[in-house]
Amino acid sequence: MKIREIAVFLENKSGRLAQVTRILGTNGINIRALSLADTADFGILRLIVNEPAKALAVLREAGFTVRTTEVIAVEVPDCPGGLAGVLQELETKGINIEYMYAFVGKAEEKAIVIFRVEEIERAVELLTGSQVRLLPESKVYQI
Amino acid sequence: MWSPEYESMARERREALQWKRLKAVVERVYQRVPFYRRKMEEAGITPADLQSLSDLKYLPFTTKDDLRENYPFGLFAADLDDVVRIHASSGTTGKMTVVGYTKNDLGVWAEVMARSITSAGGGRHDRIQVAYGYGLFTGGLGVHYGAELVGAMVVPTSGGNTKRQIMLMRDFGVTLLACTPSYALHMAEVAAEEGINLRDLPVKAGIFGAEPWSEPMRRRIEDQFGIKAYDIYGLSEIIGPGVAIECPEQNGLHIQEDHFLVEVIDPQTGHPLPEGEKGELVFTTLTKEAFPLIRYRTRDLSLLQTEPCACGRTTRRMHRILGRTDDMLIIRGVNVFPSQIETVLLENGEAAPHYQLVVDRVGNLDDLEVRIEVSEALFASEVRKLEELSAKLRTRIESALGINVRVKLVEPKSIPRSEGKAVRVIDKRNLYHE
Repeated sequence: MKIREIAVFLENKSGRLAQVTRILGTNGINIRALSLADTADFGILRLIVNEPAKALAVLREAGFTVRTTEVIAVEVPDCPGGLAGVLQELETKGINIEYMYAFVGKAEEKAIVIFRVEEIERAVELLTGSQVRLLPESKVYQI
Repeated sequence: MWSPEYESMARERREALQWKRLKAVVERVYQRVPFYRRKMEEAGITPADLQSLSDLKYLPFTTKDDLRENYPFGLFAADLDDVVRIHASSGTTGKMTVVGYTKNDLGVWAEVMARSITSAGGGRHDRIQVAYGYGLFTGGLGVHYGAELVGAMVVPTSGGNTKRQIMLMRDFGVTLLACTPSYALHMAEVAAEEGINLRDLPVKAGIFGAEPWSEPMRRRIEDQFGIKAYDIYGLSEIIGPGVAIECPEQNGLHIQEDHFLVEVIDPQTGHPLPEGEKGELVFTTLTKEAFPLIRYRTRDLSLLQTEPCACGRTTRRMHRILGRTDDMLIIRGVNVFPSQIETVLLENGEAAPHYQLVVDRVGNLDDLEVRIEVSEALFASEVRKLEELSAKLRTRIESALGINVRVKLVEPKSIPRSEGKAVRVIDKRNLYHE
């Protein structure tokens, strides 16, 4: 139930983000979710796309430093307190979050949130069969 | 002049003295240092083959690598019991260059430094603040003993603690300052922040060296302190500060030729160049006992000025340093080689490190930014991990170089490559202009 995220290293200079999205666009790759973390010197762009392997290849080809990272996609009730409930559950199970970001689309009136967690194998094990619903790759990339 | 007999000697007399001393030092290293004997045998030459001063060109060169390979005492030509002082400077690969001095050597050093201080207008009535570092570095102790020899009052502040330096300069009525030119400008900046006008203080001259500087920088120092700023040249291998210094004419640095024999060579071919042409400075020490050097290649570029000087000294002058034949940088007085950074990156698992050094003057202090291309091996999607990486590399680079740096992670291929070779250094300081 792990999802592949593409992470791209970006220097803080103009036009780089636009270039990444342009490369993906011309290669017919659709961005499903993204987050941009930035510091004074650099940024990290994280992407969920419909074709991770192809995205990795075309960005690498264009000279970007890229890598895939394993994350999980969690279905969150699209109502007040929905995310709080999920986070409570993760905390109870002792799963530490490195970072998280929300999906653009929805699945069956549920919001989707991407989590990068420590010890992902253990997290998947703990969450499988719990109240927190993880989405499989096949579903996430097609949303 | 401190020693008019030697400083204003007629050229023929000086060359006769140099010739006598050269024969003695070549004989000394041939008898006492296996390295020199072997090199001379390989070149098919013995001390007896030298017939005149101009035969110097047949002797083999000595390089910084030779010094490193003979670490620590392999090139010493005196009994170690007669060595009373050691100095050392850092090199490309972490191994230091070690030099030694007998009592007589320290006497020679104090003598050439006394000449230097006198040349800069200093004497027994002066109070000299020595803000060069004291320790393995030759700067502090070198100036110190020369200043004591002329009978000045020495204020041995060493480097650092700039506010205190300025307070002591004012309170003690310092008249002569000795430090690196960039540190002088830093002091001026701090003094301004403290509301102290340096021009109101009795300081009248400064002896600045240990790093390259430019004519505009000299004018700034002279203007901000209200002093005359003298350029001094030296390197630990030859003796330390005092190999050459400007006189009040400020038109080239008078070389202490009775102790140091200078040549200018073509760095590519090794052939001596005619007087007045720009090339690499090569020195032979004529009087040192513990650590004589024969034809030492400094990698500093300069040229000799031979026209008579109005100050009355007859010694030849070298132009202020015009560049380097290697990629060594001098940052805050510390020698830095780009390859030291490469070593750190290789040790940290980078297969083919791409990096670049950007040196600038921020305020009046040198600032070194190390740009490192982030490869996929180093990259992580978490900001925290990249920041840890950056901090780790910074700590390791700082410990390798001995100076503070800033590390900036950059995208691959963002460091320009020319003909497949990366441009390793961008030096924005314009040190060699003019």
